[in-house]
Amino acid sequence: MSGGVNELGVPVTVLPVVPGLDPDADLLDVRDLRVEFRTRDGVAKAVNGVSFTVRPGETRAILGESGCGKSVTAQAVMGILDTPPAHITGGEVRYRGVDVLKLPAEERRRIRGNHIAMVFQDALSALNPVFTVGFQIGEQFRKHRGMSRADAKRRAVELMDQVRIPAARQRVNEYPHQFSGGMRQRVMIAIALALDPDILIADEPTTALDVTVQAQIMSLLGDLLRERRMGLVLITHDMGVVAGIADDISVMYAGRIVEEAPVRDIYARPAHPYTKALLESIPRVDVKGRELNVIKGLPPSLTRIGTGCAFGPRCSYAQPVCRQDPPPPRYDVDHRRTSACHFWSEVTGGA
Amino acid sequence: MPDVVLEVRDLTKHFPLTRGVVLKRQIGAVHAVDGVDLTLHRNETLGLVGESGCGKSTLAKLIMGLEQPTSGEILVQGRNLAKVSAEQLRRARRNIQMVMQDPYTSLNPRMTVGDIVGEPFQIHPDVAPRADRRRLVEELLDLVGLNPDHINRYPHQFSGGQRQRIGIARALALRPEIIVCDEPVSALDLSIQAQVINLLERLQSELGLAYIFIAHDLSVVRHISDRVAVMYLGRIVETGVDTEIYDHPTHPYTQALLSAVPVPDPLLRDRRDQIILEGDVPSPADPPSGCRFRTRCWKARELCAQEEPALVVRDGSPHPSACHFAEERDVVHTTGQ
Repeated sequence: MSGGVNELGVPVTVLPVVPGLDPDADLLDVRDLRVEFRTRDGVAKAVNGVSFTVRPGETRAILGESGCGKSVTAQAVMGILDTPPAHITGGEVRYRGVDVLKLPAEERRRIRGNHIAMVFQDALSALNPVFTVGFQIGEQFRKHRGMSRADAKRRAVELMDQVRIPAARQRVNEYPHQFSGGMRQRVMIAIALALDPDILIADEPTTALDVTVQAQIMSLLGDLLRERRMGLVLITHDMGVVAGIADDISVMYAGRIVEEAPVRDIYARPAHPYTKALLESIPRVDVKGRELNVIKGLPPSLTRIGTGCAFGPRCSYAQPVCRQDPPPPRYDVDHRRTSACHFWSEVTGGA
Repeated sequence: MPDVVLEVRDLTKHFPLTRGVVLKRQIGAVHAVDGVDLTLHRNETLGLVGESGCGKSTLAKLIMGLEQPTSGEILVQGRNLAKVSAEQLRRARRNIQMVMQDPYTSLNPRMTVGDIVGEPFQIHPDVAPRADRRRLVEELLDLVGLNPDHINRYPHQFSGGQRQRIGIARALALRPEIIVCDEPVSALDLSIQAQVINLLERLQSELGLAYIFIAHDLSVVRHISDRVAVMYLGRIVETGVDTEIYDHPTHPYTQALLSAVPVPDPLLRDRRDQIILEGDVPSPADPPSGCRFRTRCWKARELCAQEEPALVVRDGSPHPSACHFAEERDVVHTTGQ
């Protein structure tokens, strides 16, 4: 993670490593994570028992619509939730075997950036408009590695080259508004990669971008993941983007993971009615004609999630058992996939 | 020949760039729309695609009469809107309505749904007598799938998809023949998008509407459009029926754009012909000479910088394509099939 001398021969300050890290444990192992927001209008249960793992070099997509809790999950893992109003009420976030939720603030800070880094959706508001991009990329090296300004800037230029920003040496002194949307997102990626993390969390990294720029960014991310053997947690609502990069998918609805599967299985044979309905409701660029399936109704309000299955009121497979307490457990569809639906075998086609 | 309801001829809109506060001097112009021709027939959907900044929303505003063109003509049912009297213009505008992108900001939060949907009747009082208006508004709400009993509710009491239905009901109030939809579903969630797309399709077949459907999502445009026009830097670079554009594109920009669209099928990963464009769209204040796409095009030669390619049928393209070297290339489906 942090050597004595970097590629340029610049000495690197080695910070004390977080104790107890186990190199053989899963890179990231989130278990039964629960987050709620305590507001004046009541308690909004945003994340209700989310579990997933990420291994080196693998991409885990967390797919869901707005308000399903996918971004809150990412922020909880990263440790950047505002408390209050958000409170983590249960679960574990294990990074290489260490539950980071139990670490003191200073050790948590060392994990953040050094080991787990994040790319945000809206690069224009995530970057500070009054500092040059070089200063903002270099901040990682100054704060976490204690480098001088000049060294940090030199490293910033290198990183800008790696994320393929043309004329990095000149552009390092420019401000965020002088960059296009795609270039700003590259700057965000450079900041995230600065300290050579082994997990990258990308929250809708291409949602605000045009398709041709989206293709550029996704191909860059794919290359970086392969080169660095990083684990990626991709938070998105776009089933096309997921199909292009993910290895495993967790589909979220109303704060729960309703289905988890390897990417090929889920598109070929979804095992939860929500996933199935979503796949049938999106138009495709390569085929024409089929009428779009409509999911009737709306997602439930997070302050009033009832008993039973949260998707039940919108589900075409729903039976009286779906309304009963408690919500459906995670059924094992096969050894690598789960579905939180009592009728998963009917959903997959009765096989 | 089906009825032409809208025709756009050589439409141009340049926004002046000025310097100085008191003594303003024009130092240039943003070429937002530059010589666009379009025809729209009754009961037809024309999809307009392109990336941000390509001029598609400016084109929508020009068609709506919200911006004055620098030059060119817009003919609604054969009448040039720039040459008619104010009274005639007011009447002609009834015929062409708009559905906006953002259902959260395009509805006045202080007006009830009834007032929002009924407002067109206040502006055009001769369309419906005052006594009938409430009933008409209720009918409109019913038509777009909202509960007519909710006529006295405010926009914040509705979800995003329902708000977009309110916007559609408002656009339908004056019984227009043409509706300009500017990114009508891009602000909506996946499961809600399909509801609104299906509603637009149902209304078209019930009411015989013609749509200009502007979107950056090429999958949605393919689903809903009969014909498609692809825009780049203020110009249309390729146009044709949906299969011509999506299955047999001939302009390099269209090919790059289509190849970049993610397909929700992991089996196609690495099996599609993906073209990753270099760099960004040039500034519309200083578009490249000749072909505007040449700065990012892998086929560009000297001719492309000298001569602007016309949007015509060519040897390599059975439908109009503005490329000197137009040639078909399937980028949407798997390669080697």
